[in-house]
Amino acid sequence: MLPEIGQAALLLALVFAVLQGFAGLAGAARGREDLAAVTRTAALAQFVLVLVAYVLLTLAFVVQDFSVMYVTDNSNSLLPLIYRYTAVWGAHEGSLLLWALMLAVWNAAVAVLSGRIPWSFRARALGVIGLVAVGFLSFMVFTSNPFERLLPAALEGHDLNPLLQDPGMIIHPPLLYIGYIGFVVPFAFAIAALLEGAIDARWLRWSRPWTNVAWGFLTLGIAMGSWWAYYELGWGGWWFWDPVENASFMPWLAGAALIHSQAVTEKRGSFNSWTMLLAIAAFSLSLLGAFLVRSGVLTSVHSFAADPARGLFILAFLGVVIGGALLVYVLRAPRLAQGKPFAAWSRETLLLVNNLLLASACAMVLLGTLYPLIADALDLGKVSVGPPYFGTLFLVLMAPLVFLVPFGPLTRWQQEQGSKPLAMLAPWLGLAVLLGLLAWFKAPQGALKTGFGVAGAAWVALGTLRFVWTRLRAKGRSFTPEMFGMVLGHLGIAVFVTGAMLVEAQNVLREVPMVPGETQEIGRYAFRFDGVERVPGPNYMADRGHVQVFRDDRPLVLLHPEKRAYASGGQVMTDAGIHAGVRADIFVALGEPLGGDAWAVRLHIKPFVRWIWAGALLMALGGFITAADRRFRLPLKEAR
Amino acid sequence: MNACRIPALLALLLAAVLATALWPAPATAQAVRNVQPLEFHDRAEEQRFHALTLELRCVMCQNQSLADSDAPIAHDLRREVFNLMREGRSDAEIKAFLVDRYGEFVLYRPQFGGSTLVLWLGPAFVLLAGAIVVIVVVRRRAAGNRAALDPVDDGQEW
Amino acid sequence: MSAQPPSTGTPAGPDRGRLLLAVLLGGGFLALVLLLAWGVSQSDRPDRESLPSPLIGRPAPEFSLPVLHDASYSVGTAELQGQPYLLNVWGSWCPGCQVEHPVLARYAETKAIRVVGYNWKDEPEDALRWLEQFGNPYWVVVADYEGGTAIEWGIYGAPETFLVDAEGIVRWKHVGPLSDDIIDTVVAPMVEGMRTGG
Repeated sequence: MLPEIGQAALLLALVFAVLQGFAGLAGAARGREDLAAVTRTAALAQFVLVLVAYVLLTLAFVVQDFSVMYVTDNSNSLLPLIYRYTAVWGAHEGSLLLWALMLAVWNAAVAVLSGRIPWSFRARALGVIGLVAVGFLSFMVFTSNPFERLLPAALEGHDLNPLLQDPGMIIHPPLLYIGYIGFVVPFAFAIAALLEGAIDARWLRWSRPWTNVAWGFLTLGIAMGSWWAYYELGWGGWWFWDPVENASFMPWLAGAALIHSQAVTEKRGSFNSWTMLLAIAAFSLSLLGAFLVRSGVLTSVHSFAADPARGLFILAFLGVVIGGALLVYVLRAPRLAQGKPFAAWSRETLLLVNNLLLASACAMVLLGTLYPLIADALDLGKVSVGPPYFGTLFLVLMAPLVFLVPFGPLTRWQQEQGSKPLAMLAPWLGLAVLLGLLAWFKAPQGALKTGFGVAGAAWVALGTLRFVWTRLRAKGRSFTPEMFGMVLGHLGIAVFVTGAMLVEAQNVLREVPMVPGETQEIGRYAFRFDGVERVPGPNYMADRGHVQVFRDDRPLVLLHPEKRAYASGGQVMTDAGIHAGVRADIFVALGEPLGGDAWAVRLHIKPFVRWIWAGALLMALGGFITAADRRFRLPLKEAR
Repeated sequence: MNACRIPALLALLLAAVLATALWPAPATAQAVRNVQPLEFHDRAEEQRFHALTLELRCVMCQNQSLADSDAPIAHDLRREVFNLMREGRSDAEIKAFLVDRYGEFVLYRPQFGGSTLVLWLGPAFVLLAGAIVVIVVVRRRAAGNRAALDPVDDGQEW
Repeated sequence: MSAQPPSTGTPAGPDRGRLLLAVLLGGGFLALVLLLAWGVSQSDRPDRESLPSPLIGRPAPEFSLPVLHDASYSVGTAELQGQPYLLNVWGSWCPGCQVEHPVLARYAETKAIRVVGYNWKDEPEDALRWLEQFGNPYWVVVADYEGGTAIEWGIYGAPETFLVDAEGIVRWKHVGPLSDDIIDTVVAPMVEGMRTGG
């Protein structure tokens, strides 16, 4: 009974989405404010209905209703309760429902929090969001119904993929989706601005907070995914340039360009068209990501079940939304260059270069991800494009960006005497280079990467702090949330670069056969293998290893790497034993049993790996704090 | 067993769960695996091996490098790479050896030349094109508008 | 609201630029959609992920492996030369091999070609037991316990099947279980062609 109510709720939500789309766009076009007002109700109704559907699906999992096919496919009577909650988004249909829920949340938020925006603009924006919702809801209703019944009901489920039975599963997808979908707001605002024929940059003031929040969540989502892969997959990698990872990284890059471009347009009026195009691009890349993950077009460990019918549906949806947006853009984007003029040396130019580099990086990732498909289509054979390609080119493109970051905040708008920022920063550049050289000489391995990593990170950090100092000493000492957010974001880059470069350059991996009592030494650390015992878990049987770790001959930690065989599918998973540290992680995993008491053991030392996620966290925090700036909430007459 | 593909099994996997890289056999039957860890002469050899196997793809798996994969063929190929290294072959020769038998698919770093020129030079082209656009835009903005610039303001609004 | 600054650029400039932009954006987007549509159409083909073999058109790798049933004998390229043969890679641990077994057995019975079994990474007792249980369709079974020769053939999974002609050139490779359809439409005609072609 309840699953049918869930289905009905989704269908009803679809009806409201259609209503919202129509009422918003038609109402604004015809100057009918009363019709446009329907959008608010429709948005709230959709939120309630999709929430109901979501709760009902969760309920089906919690009570283990195996008459619902999706529940049978993704859970099992032995599945612990907490994972029954997260199994909801464990496969295609349920994650699509989560996606729809997040969209409904953003939708309702825009409907409720946009009181100060002129009604026609708001209506158009909500109309666009409504149409997007129509796409997702109809996709669910017509091709991917999470409530489909399995009759007669199964006695037992198949189980949630063991890789997903983990705390990381609880946070990564929701955060990621909030971010991914959040880009629908700047997208909708950009389309609304185009439809309104607005030739000024007002819409940016409304759009900026939403964009920053969405980007912040996307940053968190990606970081969480990386952290989760690191400890879950058992071989200590944190980024693989896998197609699905790239699918989330491309909107992130476009979003980063967008938040900077929006800042320029909002303050100076320039680059209005570019900003609109970026807003369209960011959300288009989100949709493209959703498509790539669910269509079976690309090979990935990460993708959902493939089904050509579904693939075509999303592709058609993609085509309509993006194609439509591009059409509106080409027809209606402002023709004349606007905004305050600026000289060649100015913050505007620096930000333009910043966006160029980010957009090129995004294009590179897109090309590399799609290239195997292109080669296959053109009959050029089966080609692989992996980390050596992406990593190399990404470094090449980001190096100039890292160099330019500290110049941005210290360069004035409009016109800057070229020598002034350089004079302020030169000593710090020198110090950064010095630190880099020091690191180069002291590095036991990977000297080049270490040197550049330290130099780059130090440069960004010192340059950003120089700005802070300048600002604090200036008249008035005003330090707005926007500035604070920017500082955190840029410091986050420095922290991230430190972690990423140093862990790649300095990580140590040793795979050795060990018998109980044997000790292995790596640098300051020693690892004593104390054997393996069989330990049952709630739905698995584990071989649990004991490894005592010493640092400088003093006991540091006892780690318990496991190899788990799950009851339902027989799948074997490696669960590493990790000791987290600020300066390095110790990471131990079991290989295969070698006969007798001996086991192959993998010992990793991973310096500064936590800095990667700490840096991402700082960046996300920066995004959120910027969004909180009161300036965005002031009525237009007062500001500027 | 992840060494086998049949449409029915594949359909079951795909229909039920997220595809996963670690897909060993059920406990009943397993392909023979030589899982003895490799023994390196020194750190340099170990690092070379690690760097090389990171650039090679596990031909069986859903997008994993030869260094990371646990599939039986990956164990075999790692051992093969190790033996070739001990025989004194260079990295390029080892890669050629594998490409000869498994095709270009086994390389994670696409070879430079022919059809992959677009792949390697494409981003440079995009960057160049973008740079030209930026230069044109900046020039247009800066030229002929000196008069319209606001007076330079030290306490400039952020 | 800022006052409109004087326009920059000539009236003709922005329009040409706009047209160029439209063409670039539209063209690029269309190409992307077409590519993805093609990708979707291919996505449920069973051989979506099988690798084309670089051995096709080249001589089969030189090998000599012990016979499963009697390790004192060895069979390899020398023994197989002169007549075409079908090399079928299998293991007792491989569910797909069970699925294709009846298909292979049916074809082997027609005696159109020698079907050589390549037992890969299998314990001999398990392999023999499997053959007893399901039947032995093979002209001879060679055993590759270590897997070194398999790497020479570019084998990466089971079941896989190679077609080698009388001169020892690899003419065809199939990854995954054989089906009656594949035998009828691809293998049998090729084998016929080899017989009549000499």
